[in-house]
Amino acid sequence: MAAAIGVIDYGMGNLHSLGKALERVSSSTRVVISYDPEELLACDRIVLPGVGGVRECMNELRRLELNEMVVEAARTKPMLGICLGMQVMLEWSDENEGVPALGLFPGKVQRFPEPPADAPERLKVPHMGWNQVKQSRPHPIWAGVPDESWFYFVHSYYAKPVNPDHVLGTSEYTHEFAAAIARDNIVAFQFHPEKSQNLGMMLLANFSHWAP
Amino acid sequence: MLAKRIIPCLDIDRGRVVKGVKFEDIQDAGDPVEVARKYDYQGADELVFLDITASHEDRPTLFHTVEQVAREIYIPLTVGGGVRSCADVRALLSAGADKVSINTAAVERPELVTEAGSRYGVQCIVVAIDAKRVNKKKEPLRWEVFTHGGRRATGLDAIEWAAKMVKYGAGELLVTSMDRDGTKAGYDNELLKAISDAVSVPLIASGGVGTLEHLYQGFSVGCADAVLAASIFHQGTHTVGEAKAYLENKGIRVRR
Repeated sequence: MAAAIGVIDYGMGNLHSLGKALERVSSSTRVVISYDPEELLACDRIVLPGVGGVRECMNELRRLELNEMVVEAARTKPMLGICLGMQVMLEWSDENEGVPALGLFPGKVQRFPEPPADAPERLKVPHMGWNQVKQSRPHPIWAGVPDESWFYFVHSYYAKPVNPDHVLGTSEYTHEFAAAIARDNIVAFQFHPEKSQNLGMMLLANFSHWAP
Repeated sequence: MLAKRIIPCLDIDRGRVVKGVKFEDIQDAGDPVEVARKYDYQGADELVFLDITASHEDRPTLFHTVEQVAREIYIPLTVGGGVRSCADVRALLSAGADKVSINTAAVERPELVTEAGSRYGVQCIVVAIDAKRVNKKKEPLRWEVFTHGGRRATGLDAIEWAAKMVKYGAGELLVTSMDRDGTKAGYDNELLKAISDAVSVPLIASGGVGTLEHLYQGFSVGCADAVLAASIFHQGTHTVGEAKAYLENKGIRVRR
């Protein structure tokens, strides 16, 4: 049976482009978009995408009985978090008056500061558009991706992992923040590889071959 | 640091890219996938599709177009035109749009912006504002919001409306000057600056680009976060790459 990448579909946002992008970069791999925990656990690797608010995301993961599946998969399979899918991997998010999250990485998620009205250049929130990612350390996921490449971001909250060793890449917006985190068999991006042209495709391709 | 964005805008009519001046003299300008691919190759940071198809019965054609483009192009795609309800937003997002722009329907029912934002995330809700100068000479500047493709006055002050839409959950604003649209005289930078000062979300400038200097002024004078342009790219006057080289040379940070 062909290898399979499971994309967790908890009903929020557009998985169309992510699914197409994964199919494109890994022709020998099946892409399974599903909310069925068993079907997902049968896949070789797991992607946790996400847009929208963290409270609704956690509610939906629990309602669909996916949260235990994610924690289980995080122990055993290569796993990729994207955007909100990365943020829920921390322990806590300040969004929506504060929400406990999955706790796969120690640390929390907090909001970018509002720009002071007299700032010389007002930085808007959300942080939306293309920004450069500085690679904090070597990792197989970066294979073929030049340091300080551009990726597409759209978010108002950012992750603050406690352990500096978990930071895989950083970007600058009001201050330096974690744009990518990783440990063991888990890697997660705050930006959207599926919206980031060729280099985004390369990250997805690297994930589809990654053997942690 | 974050780059300023260059966004080609494509008018879509019954599944084809068209060009015309202010909805008149419309000519076929190609297949959306081909045109989108060209701009992607040139380094466009995002694409905007504006559906101008008159008949609502042709809606499935738009969804098909969005699907085809989303399958091939891996940069963000915003789709607007005729979005009336949360169901419309969902249909476009599931066809592959990354953001949906809402214009007339937001004026008729502002709660739509809140509902769509809380359901699909504010980052995918763009509120489009068509504004026109209405002050008399020597009076302070004032702009009014127009809907229905610029045909209907609303009585709403554009700056107040922009701030209200952000409060209602708009993740981004697309501001078109009706005075400048189609004139190639440059953006209405006073309008852009006034709105940029009033809101905290990203602002896309639209309406009036004729030269690369106009793009620069949209950033430097209008304080926009992104600039939208149609004819200078469609008519082949400039490529997106040329626009970026020009802006970079002037000290604007762009993705290269």
